[in-house]
Amino acid sequence: MRTIKTTFAALATAAVMATPTVAIAADYTIGVSIPAATHGWTGGVNFHAEQAKQRLEAAHPNIAITISTASNPGEQANDLEDLVSQRNIDALVVLPFESGPLTDPVRRVKDAGVFVTVVDRGLEQEGIEDLYVAGNNHELGRVSGEYIRDRLDDQGDIVVLRGIPTVIDDERVQGFQEAIEGSEINILDMQHANWNRDDGFEVMQDFLARFDRIDAVWAQDDDIALGVIEAVRQANREDELFIVGGAGMKDIIKRVMEGDELVPVDVLYPPAMIATAMDLTVQHFTSNGPVTGQYILGSPLITQENAEQYYFPDSPF
Amino acid sequence: MSIVVPDSKSIKRGSIPLDLKTWGPFVALIALALLGALINPAFLGLDNLSNMLTRSAFIGIIAIGATFVITAGGLDLSVGSMTAFIAGVMIILMNSLVEQFGPGLTTVLLGVGASLILGLCAGFINGMVTTKGKIEAFIVTLGTMGIYRSLVTYLADGGTLSLDWGVRDIYRPVYYGNLLGIPIPVLVFLMVAVAGYILLNHTRFGRYCFAIGSNEKVAEYSAIHVDRIKTMTYMLQGVCVALATIIYVPRLGSASGATGVLWELEAIAAVIIGGTMLKGGHGRIWGTVVGAIMLTMIGNILNLTDAISNYLNGTVQGIIIIVAVYLQRASWRKTGA
Repeated sequence: MRTIKTTFAALATAAVMATPTVAIAADYTIGVSIPAATHGWTGGVNFHAEQAKQRLEAAHPNIAITISTASNPGEQANDLEDLVSQRNIDALVVLPFESGPLTDPVRRVKDAGVFVTVVDRGLEQEGIEDLYVAGNNHELGRVSGEYIRDRLDDQGDIVVLRGIPTVIDDERVQGFQEAIEGSEINILDMQHANWNRDDGFEVMQDFLARFDRIDAVWAQDDDIALGVIEAVRQANREDELFIVGGAGMKDIIKRVMEGDELVPVDVLYPPAMIATAMDLTVQHFTSNGPVTGQYILGSPLITQENAEQYYFPDSPF
Repeated sequence: MSIVVPDSKSIKRGSIPLDLKTWGPFVALIALALLGALINPAFLGLDNLSNMLTRSAFIGIIAIGATFVITAGGLDLSVGSMTAFIAGVMIILMNSLVEQFGPGLTTVLLGVGASLILGLCAGFINGMVTTKGKIEAFIVTLGTMGIYRSLVTYLADGGTLSLDWGVRDIYRPVYYGNLLGIPIPVLVFLMVAVAGYILLNHTRFGRYCFAIGSNEKVAEYSAIHVDRIKTMTYMLQGVCVALATIIYVPRLGSASGATGVLWELEAIAAVIIGGTMLKGGHGRIWGTVVGAIMLTMIGNILNLTDAISNYLNGTVQGIIIIVAVYLQRASWRKTGA
């Protein structure tokens, strides 16, 4: 594996050094702007963006792709300016750090006559982007809720661990609550675990101390789920409940694949959506079919039967 | 030379009935515990108390190191990132040692040893650059904070480093195990606290820390090796971070860029809640211990109730911290020390 990685690195270096020639050879330059790999999910985004770049450039000699990563919204706004002024991009694929602060910078890119694809987090104004590619947070909540409802036969006591208080978290919880509405399923309590393992562990410890009986845990996210698993193991209460995470982290998918009773399923919210967006953007230049509009990915339930197709052992996420 | 040695006497000079300066943090802790018990009886459950104390061990151990640094007039912002970095290196090292030694005790011990050496070196770097480079500790440790944080992200390829499952089984008891019913992390916390107390209050090194924090120039004229002592406080801090990491890693067996975020602020807060002066010159180990437990307790109590909107957790934490320190300082002004 290392050698392949080194080869990639060498190729990448060669590509950078040969940039002037590439720039002349390529008819279209696509800029990709994504958040830096500061936590698991964005790590996955970086991995899949890099993979897609290599695949697409090999398949289309007339396309050049540059990826830039930013560690905060301000930096990302600067990146967007640089991509337009220095790289002279024809298309932009952007996964905004935050919707609000980046709406205007993206609009300015659009005003420069660039084809704009927005990924995952929508902008605050409509009509800026040509193409919108996203996972479906509401759907993630709904699918999770329905699974728990079916599995518990419409009745039971559950706890919910929420993410960082944001629109993403709200949509998921809303979808979940709609799915269990009308059933006898009772949410004992919800607390924020901030999509973080340590927080997931601590919040779950407290839930276990507080409630004598918990039938299921909706952790909403695989990082939280990993913390929850350890807390449940510590309390020796594995037989009492099951855990539903979300995203599609390889550690969790592996457990699902192996038929772990504690983590029977996962719900997909894939970082690989960046690759989908890059594919579609390239198609805008290479295909005669139109690609503008919205492309909303499903949030399928990952079970033991279909887990293998979502398992990427080489991805950092 | 101990002309500049302050305090141990002046503390006792305070009012006899209830010296809030010393006992303030303890009173606040008891009040908070009563509140917790009222809100939810489950708070006093043995499991809950032991969970909470175990959890507070990380911040607590780091904060004991920070007490020395702050008492001597320094500051270390890099501790949270350092935890993440040391945890990352430990995991990589132990995973690679599995091939050679198998998932046994040797592997774990080598990992633990590496952690201590790394902590010592990291502290040494912070100390040397601060003292010899004559750069403010705030800037130096802000720099190393960024460096360690990005190094662990790099090592993990932006993802998460996970410990080999075989090693995890051997190593697990260090966090989850107990001795005579007391969880191991709590024992380590207690031992570090006792050692810290003796070092700060009953040795020459401790007195020098007080002296340097009170007035660095005077300390220097009193023939104290200021640079050496200050560097040693940072190294002590590094060792404390390493110890905290050693008991942190077996908990979840993983490290990522999100490990230990904001721990530096929690550690500093624990130190200040405990009655140590942020500007240096005065330190209290047992206060720090109480401060660390209090911070964890606030989070724990908030998890045990749904009376307060989750969105307001930060507000409640903020108010309790400020009130706790205010009570203590208000009495400070009255006794006029």
